[in-house]
Amino acid sequence: MSDTNRSSAVLKLRPLFRMQWEAAQESFVLLYPEGMVKLNQSAAEILKRCDGTRDVAALVADIEAAFNATGIAPEIEAFVAEARRRGWLE
Amino acid sequence: MTDLSTPVSPVSPGSPVSPGSQAQAGAGASAPKIAPPLWLLAELTYRCPLHCVFCYNPTDYATHRDELDTEQWKKVLREARALGAVQLGFSGGEPLLRDDLEQLVDEAHRLGFYTNLITSGIGLTDARLGALKEAGLDHIQLSFQDSTQQMNDFLSSTKTFDLKKRVADSIKRHGFPMVLNCVLHRYNLPHVEKIIDMALALGAEYLELANTQYYGWAHANRDQLMPTREQLEHAEAVVARYRKTHGDKCRIFFVVPDYFENRPKACMNGWGSVFLGVAPDGAALPCHTARSLPGLTFPNVKDTPLRDIWYDSDAFNRFRGNAWMKEPCRSCDERTRDFGGCRCQAYLLTGDATNADPVCDLSPMHEQVVNVVRRAASAGDVREQPILFRNDANSRQLASGHADKGNPR
Repeated sequence: MSDTNRSSAVLKLRPLFRMQWEAAQESFVLLYPEGMVKLNQSAAEILKRCDGTRDVAALVADIEAAFNATGIAPEIEAFVAEARRRGWLE
Repeated sequence: MTDLSTPVSPVSPGSPVSPGSQAQAGAGASAPKIAPPLWLLAELTYRCPLHCVFCYNPTDYATHRDELDTEQWKKVLREARALGAVQLGFSGGEPLLRDDLEQLVDEAHRLGFYTNLITSGIGLTDARLGALKEAGLDHIQLSFQDSTQQMNDFLSSTKTFDLKKRVADSIKRHGFPMVLNCVLHRYNLPHVEKIIDMALALGAEYLELANTQYYGWAHANRDQLMPTREQLEHAEAVVARYRKTHGDKCRIFFVVPDYFENRPKACMNGWGSVFLGVAPDGAALPCHTARSLPGLTFPNVKDTPLRDIWYDSDAFNRFRGNAWMKEPCRSCDERTRDFGGCRCQAYLLTGDATNADPVCDLSPMHEQVVNVVRRAASAGDVREQPILFRNDANSRQLASGHADKGNPR
């Protein structure tokens, strides 16, 4: 597995996974073959934006604008790394 | 067959952004304390073109002939989705034997289920794959019996191996995620390396190496199928090696055979906790093998709303929570982790479903499990009893109390 250019790569959920709102869980969930992960709000906000149109920098800018926040890049990068480790992203 | 003992990983991955307050409003204010089901297993039919010796279907399946019709299944899907179920498995038997499968997938997809087809692949033509894709099917789990034609065909008592390889290629061509499932036992554990190579060559995203769980037909064939500890250790080492070299291409699950453990599995994540099974005839089951338990009457979806079944029925409440437990479970710190193990196994091995699963070495009857394993190790390759294939004739005979072992048809 290569790490080159990771930071500039466009973020996209792998087709194996589907994200949707579940009223019964009162949360977003990530669905995959025979399994499910319940997402907290932050994870959901990030993954919602992993739609193949943004790299990490654009995603950070987008979330900072949406939530009127600053300085959250390290947290988002850590989550993206974790999502990659779990195989959620392309 | 699939292992549903851990269908949900309730992972909440950190809180990378200041989380704010998670919405707490809405449904549930007056809802019962029992959590909703997450998994619906729709066993569409007990009919199957294969005759696998390790099938978990009830050995008396031939006496449960009446199948729900299309509209009845659609009602089950709607009611389960309304309760909160989100993962849906179409299983059997062989679900492809139902020619309304595409209609049911279509309905399930429309309702927002993540739809899994659990199949032997027999009957999965290009035309049906196309129709299933169009209907919104999310994923296909394809079962293999072994990496070699000879063993695959022997263990399923059919000639299906080449067909399955072709089907796997078609599944990938149609763009489905694919899980390969191979049930492991004494006869194919030595081939685990070839089985993994085959999964990699076929492009499977996941490989589920499921050691046989001894229920149904597998229980009837237990002495023949039980591996030795050495075989298991060898297979586990092979799996560990492949996980290092190929783990990013294919995730390999190794479902441990619990007879070799000292603690029981958290069966079904707890009785009536996440899993809701509906048998071909409409019987609602808290686990796929619950029919083996005596003294339980399973409510039927034909005449009872699923909500009443899940929340109020005796069958679903019988082993919920801790109140039913006896010692050593009742006072055990681990009871909230493993829920006392498997009720069907407790019944099959101790004669009482309220006992601790004897896989646990705290169970006074653990010795029974140890003896089964010991017998497997000492028996070598010679088996005194012929193997019992899953077929209608054997099923009818088992239902009436005796079976003709070794007759594959």
